[in-house]
Amino acid sequence: MSSEYVRRMPESGFVFQRTAGIGDKIHLDLALVLLLLCICAYGLLILYSAADQNQDMVLAQLKKIGVGTAVMLVMAQISPIFYRRLAPWLFVVGLALLVAVYLFGPVLNGSRRWLRIPGLLVFQPSELMKLIVPMLLAWYFHERHLPPRNRHVFWALVMIAVPAALIVIQPDLGTAIIIAASGLVVLLLAGIAWRFVFGALALGVLASPAAWFLLREYQRGRILTFLDPERDPLGDGWNIIQSKTAIGSGGLFGKGLFEGTQSHLEFLPESQTDFIIAVLAEETGLVGVVVLLIMYILLMGRGTIIAIQAQDTFGRLLGSSITFTFFVYVFVNIGMVSGVVPVVGVPLPLVSHGGTSIVTLFAGFGILMSIHTHRRMML
Amino acid sequence: MAEPLALKDYSREGRAFFQRVAICFGVLIVLTLLLVSRLFYLQILQHDVYSTLSDNNRIQVEPLPPVRGLIYDRHGELIADNVPTLNLTITPESVQGMDETLAQIDALIGLSEDERQAFKRRLKRRRRPYESVPVLFKLSAEEQARVAVNGYAMPGVHVEARLVRHYPKGQLMAHAVGSVRRINEADARKLDRVAYLGTDHIGKIGVEKHYEDVLLGTVGYQRVETNAHGRVMAELARIEPVPGADLTLHVDARLQQAAVEALDGRRGTVVAMEPRTGGILALVSEPSYDPNLFVTGIDYESYASLRDSADIPLFNRAVQGQYEPGSTIKPMLAIAGLATGTVSADMVLKDPGWFRLPKDKRLYRDWNWKANGTGGHGEVSLGKAIYRSCNVYFYNLAVKLGIDRIHEYLGLFGFGTNTALDIPEARGGLLPSAEWKQAARGLPWFPGDTVNIGIGQGDMLVTPLQLATAVSTLANRGRWVAPRMLMEGTDLPGTANGGMADIDLVPDHVWQEVISAMENVVHRGNQGFGENGTAWAYIGRDIDYRMAGKSGTAQVVGIKQGEEYNEEELTERQRKHAWFTAFAPVDDPKIALVVLVENGGGGSSVAAPIAREVIDSYLESLRTEYAAR
Repeated sequence: MSSEYVRRMPESGFVFQRTAGIGDKIHLDLALVLLLLCICAYGLLILYSAADQNQDMVLAQLKKIGVGTAVMLVMAQISPIFYRRLAPWLFVVGLALLVAVYLFGPVLNGSRRWLRIPGLLVFQPSELMKLIVPMLLAWYFHERHLPPRNRHVFWALVMIAVPAALIVIQPDLGTAIIIAASGLVVLLLAGIAWRFVFGALALGVLASPAAWFLLREYQRGRILTFLDPERDPLGDGWNIIQSKTAIGSGGLFGKGLFEGTQSHLEFLPESQTDFIIAVLAEETGLVGVVVLLIMYILLMGRGTIIAIQAQDTFGRLLGSSITFTFFVYVFVNIGMVSGVVPVVGVPLPLVSHGGTSIVTLFAGFGILMSIHTHRRMML
Repeated sequence: MAEPLALKDYSREGRAFFQRVAICFGVLIVLTLLLVSRLFYLQILQHDVYSTLSDNNRIQVEPLPPVRGLIYDRHGELIADNVPTLNLTITPESVQGMDETLAQIDALIGLSEDERQAFKRRLKRRRRPYESVPVLFKLSAEEQARVAVNGYAMPGVHVEARLVRHYPKGQLMAHAVGSVRRINEADARKLDRVAYLGTDHIGKIGVEKHYEDVLLGTVGYQRVETNAHGRVMAELARIEPVPGADLTLHVDARLQQAAVEALDGRRGTVVAMEPRTGGILALVSEPSYDPNLFVTGIDYESYASLRDSADIPLFNRAVQGQYEPGSTIKPMLAIAGLATGTVSADMVLKDPGWFRLPKDKRLYRDWNWKANGTGGHGEVSLGKAIYRSCNVYFYNLAVKLGIDRIHEYLGLFGFGTNTALDIPEARGGLLPSAEWKQAARGLPWFPGDTVNIGIGQGDMLVTPLQLATAVSTLANRGRWVAPRMLMEGTDLPGTANGGMADIDLVPDHVWQEVISAMENVVHRGNQGFGENGTAWAYIGRDIDYRMAGKSGTAQVVGIKQGEEYNEEELTERQRKHAWFTAFAPVDDPKIALVVLVENGGGGSSVAAPIAREVIDSYLESLRTEYAAR
């Protein structure tokens, strides 16, 4: 056992010495748990205000947080080796479910995202893919030489593109972006050459006019509205104008909790879901938003440390993908509400009401804990 | 695998990984600072701008609803109009106390509990800030005056003029054109919210429903500056709404009126089609109802009495009613018989008044069967079988054809298929087949079933519209045209013909044979007892153009073996339905027609005179038009 450990020790110049504490025994990371609790409590407070102090919505959210926590506890108990061995099979099942959605899924609000198992449950297979795709890529590179060879990069891109494409046609651009990001992060951290990274970025900029023709009508509308919100003042533009007004009128300290006039009187659209950050910004000002951002950064900092301390390639890649994908949520959501990126349906993680994404997020943190607490300790 | 070395270099990997993670975390911090600087720009640098927007002079966007497209008949007579009505509305943001305000309104002009609840429901719906919510509709002049005088005491309460759908022809066109209804909760959830801003109504039935997209128009908006009370201070920009397209239908309001008068208060339906185009000239279903009652909301008692009436006025008999076709199906079966060579025109059959399948005791009777054995039509050819409506001939023909060929040929005429292009309520009837019976009843097809189909009875069901379409196809000598309401105004419903094809496997002489037999139904007279066309005595004596016709009756209750049909003993609602189908003039058909009188009795005696009256009226108006030109 000890020889295996020595072989895997990272020679990064950092030396981490740990003893097996109480947290490791029950496979929990106390720092992560504490930060998650703080963010969720903060989020519930904002939600309570955004829902016009309606307790039902807060209770519903609390229930989802409860389910998420339970899932996290279970996921943390399972050894990362198990995840690694299971990854390719999970991917096959996930893909089959996405195809099933395409073939049999009911159309709700103009898109085909759900699968209904009669009498049991309704769920979105794309949510599962948010964890399965990085797991698969981490497994793939775990078995191979790093930095990856070109053909391995190619196959990795295929593994990202196929599920992402199946989700784009649902259509659910927000989730597809999250999944693509989670896979690309693995690729980046696996050591793909920088010239590929910058080449892809340059190509993306050059190809964006062509991509324009691939977008659906409503997606083009969103981009035009992003560039000029006055263009569609009754529809999407309305959201952006209103959310910017809400944020801007909040000032440094805000109008006070439950006192936001834009959010309550003016009927800020989606104020409990994707646009909830505007309520926070209006009522608690720049200070309130920065507090939330600091908590997010601490959470991701802890995730990064866990990834660095992981003992094998699988753990490193998966842990860092979960951590940095979390940041994609944060950036896209706050960016769209404040008018920095076009409107894409991505929730503010752990705060926005509704959807099943909160359970997926907790599951991800469960995996992080599993990676961290199943390490083999130096005696 | 051509790997040079199977060992991984863990230490090098670890270093590279650490480097990359550090870079990523750095990017993460930079992007977070970018967000913070964006928020700093909005919340600190631009704070004053947004505070002003938020608090003092509010810039509002108000939707300007489009005017709904008008609907005209073929002569340009208006059949769906928009008229201004006055509504009492409340702007919730400007109201000091909602309950007090509602109490004030109640004291002023009366507000029932139902109206209050309906308002509360509308209030809960998603809406824009400062968008007014209607409380009461169609204010009278006196109510308006009272509100105007006391308005100063009720901030947020306004009288607003809105254009509302009006049907000047009242109940005459209700079933032909359909109508709009107020948007309810269920609609609101499905609709494009932006497209319907400021619009209270949506097409729910008929043409109004089918062409909803083009009738609606496009919403416009104005950008206004309002003070803190929501009063408009200045208009900053304005995009005009685009009115909906006006539609012209094939329907002829005068012919519709003539058909209603010919029905003379009896329950029933008249469907008239132009065989050349498939355009619906008249679509009458009596009794009818006044669609204007539904536009601004009908009170519960009136609605309940319409809904529960035994005469079912809300039911569109012409397109939703499914009836046995009875003997009106015989010309189409004759086409099948001749085209397949099952019978020839000069073949003669002896009719004793009854028909019996081999090895079966059951008697299938002719309509002039007598218990004492003196009934029947004697020697019958195909032509006579149609103009005397001989059942025994068609029992034989049906059995010889067999259900599969009957199903094939009747299917060519559109039976069993909904072919209406722009009538959303239209149904497809039922054209039975052996497969259908096995699937629906779990029983095999019996020879007796085929016998019944021979005279349009048994399981077969048709809508009057389907029958009119089949008669048009007959008048066109096989050229198929699908029924349609729209003549012009937007993209026509197309030439797809409802998925049907011309009937080109029937030779010309077959059409001619059957059509001249149908002419005899109306014109063959003075030939002595049992030799005249069935409808001649009622409509053929004084007719000055050539009409082809066929009568029919549909049973409502079954008659037992060995019993004669005795009309006196049946109650009114158990009597047979009377059918008559016709087209005219025979050489150059201008109109094809179906008349059904519910529980009317004989097809020739009751339905045929109505058909004659309607066709007379139409041909007369064509003549007048031609002369004027």
